Amino acid sequence: MSQFLQQVVNGLSLGSIYALVALGYTMVYGIIKLINFAHGDIYMIGAYTAFFVTTYLGMSFIPALLVCMIVCGILGVGIERIAYKPLRKAPRITALITAIGVSYVIEYTMQFFMGTSVKTYPKMLPDISWQIGAVKISYIQMVIFTVTIVLMVLLTFIIHKTKIGRAMRAVSADENGAKLMGISVDNTISITFLIGSALAGAAGMLVGLYYNSASPLMGMVPGLKAFVAAVFGGIGSIPGALVGGLFIGVAETMVVAYGSSLYRDAIVYIILIIVLIVKPAGLFGKNEREKV
Amino acid sequence: MSLLEVKDLHVHYGVIEALKGVSIKVEPGQIVTLIGANGAGKTSLMHAISGIVKKTEGEIIFKDKSIFKSNAAHIVADGLVQVPEGRHVFPGLSVYENLMMGAYLRKDKKNLQDDLNKIYERFPILEKRKNQDASTLSGGEQQMLAMGRALMARPTLLLLDEPSMGLAPILVKEIFSIISDIQKGGTTILLVEQNARMALSIADYAYVLETGKVVLEGPAKELANSTEVQEAYLGGSAKK
Ligand SMILES: Nc1ncnc2c1ncn2[C@@H]1O[C@H](COP(=O)(O)OP(=O)(O)O)[C@@H](O)[C@H]1O
Ligand SMILES: [Mg+2]
Repeated sequence: MSQFLQQVVNGLSLGSIYALVALGYTMVYGIIKLINFAHGDIYMIGAYTAFFVTTYLGMSFIPALLVCMIVCGILGVGIERIAYKPLRKAPRITALITAIGVSYVIEYTMQFFMGTSVKTYPKMLPDISWQIGAVKISYIQMVIFTVTIVLMVLLTFIIHKTKIGRAMRAVSADENGAKLMGISVDNTISITFLIGSALAGAAGMLVGLYYNSASPLMGMVPGLKAFVAAVFGGIGSIPGALVGGLFIGVAETMVVAYGSSLYRDAIVYIILIIVLIVKPAGLFGKNEREKV
Repeated sequence: MSLLEVKDLHVHYGVIEALKGVSIKVEPGQIVTLIGANGAGKTSLMHAISGIVKKTEGEIIFKDKSIFKSNAAHIVADGLVQVPEGRHVFPGLSVYENLMMGAYLRKDKKNLQDDLNKIYERFPILEKRKNQDASTLSGGEQQMLAMGRALMARPTLLLLDEPSMGLAPILVKEIFSIISDIQKGGTTILLVEQNARMALSIADYAYVLETGKVVLEGPAKELANSTEVQEAYLGGSAKK
């Protein structure tokens, strides 16, 4: 039992990271109906940014986290402006293929400059852990939970209580209706990319510290898993992305603990297939079929 | 001076020419109606005026300034606001939030609550449903919401595209009486309708649009009595 609870905690910390990444997928999909396949690579850039600012600038945790979020946010907006905006009226498959292209560009640019070797971080967090009953929570896990909760609360506040959040929801709901209210659709889309990418940047830093590594292709598999998490929760749904991310994290951890680590990635696709069969719109999704 | 003047406006969708040189004028304080069959180009004209459809040629003057090249946000900020065909309220946003979207560009924060109260007075059902998701409203309620939302922008000129579409006769009456009230409150109205009888009964001036061209215009009372309009749009022969 204690072993089980421990795995739940481990799963939730991994799941928090998936959730932060899944949010970006879901927000971008919600507003421009694009699966941004480059999103996992933004997360990778977050991990590298953290590596640089902590290793070479000696930044401590919170400033480094903010820099990661800002750098990734700006990168996300840049990608949207350069690669996706010109294609907004093009068939959806064109933008989708472009997103895959952008993903490769980022991955191989990083590989070119950074090499394929794995970077490790300077020691930033103390080696403390907490024993709660039979469960041990490490410092980094606590940091992951705290950051995730703070960012989720902040995001929920922005989306539900601010003018810009309302505009984001209005544009996702009805683009022409939003234009007729005087909302700038372009700016609103940019802000969506900014926020989604900043969350991925935070996730990238957290995962970098969790596993103490960053590498150019590190975004591929977690990116896909976060995408599955978004689909699981109902793509376009923000609570869905959170629940989906946590669920995928726990499921994966359980499979490794009680099954075989051979299946750690397979389980995610099995979940995806089951969701697509049983509830194609996802847990919190609206029940309309969307062709991707 | 006219509040709005559209001159020789052309709109194309690819090779389809939806508007083939349309000219209309809206005088301040009036209700001007635009009637015409499905596909005549009424919505295209509305969208062109609001700046969400590309115009190929022509001129649009609003408050003595050209808005031909202005973007949609500028046009709203200038006081020209549209209630689109099919309502286009925002599902997933509450009734209150929808209304606040109408005030998106407004800077005068302190008057918002007053204006909101006025909207709730005019449409009591919206106050009752203010925390409900807009998508749960009935068609008539959604129409009222869309109108209330536009009024939150404090328009000088309100564009209404088929506000009575799909509504039960009793609601149609209600909507038209609200439109008259809005006019009495000092807002000028450009009203697109397929319900020509009702539209002509409350309008001051009217235009008839056919396949992208104005084919007839005149004071609403005169058009209502003209043989052509009676035969084509009022479903009967002229009875004097
Ligand atoms: N987005 C569009 N793309 C192509 N053709 C369009 C589009 N919108 C309208 N049309 C065409 O333009 C013409 C005028 O349509 P519209 O302005 O919607 O007329 P109405 O509002 O009077 O029914 C129609 O022939 C319609 O098929
Ligand atoms: Mg129409």
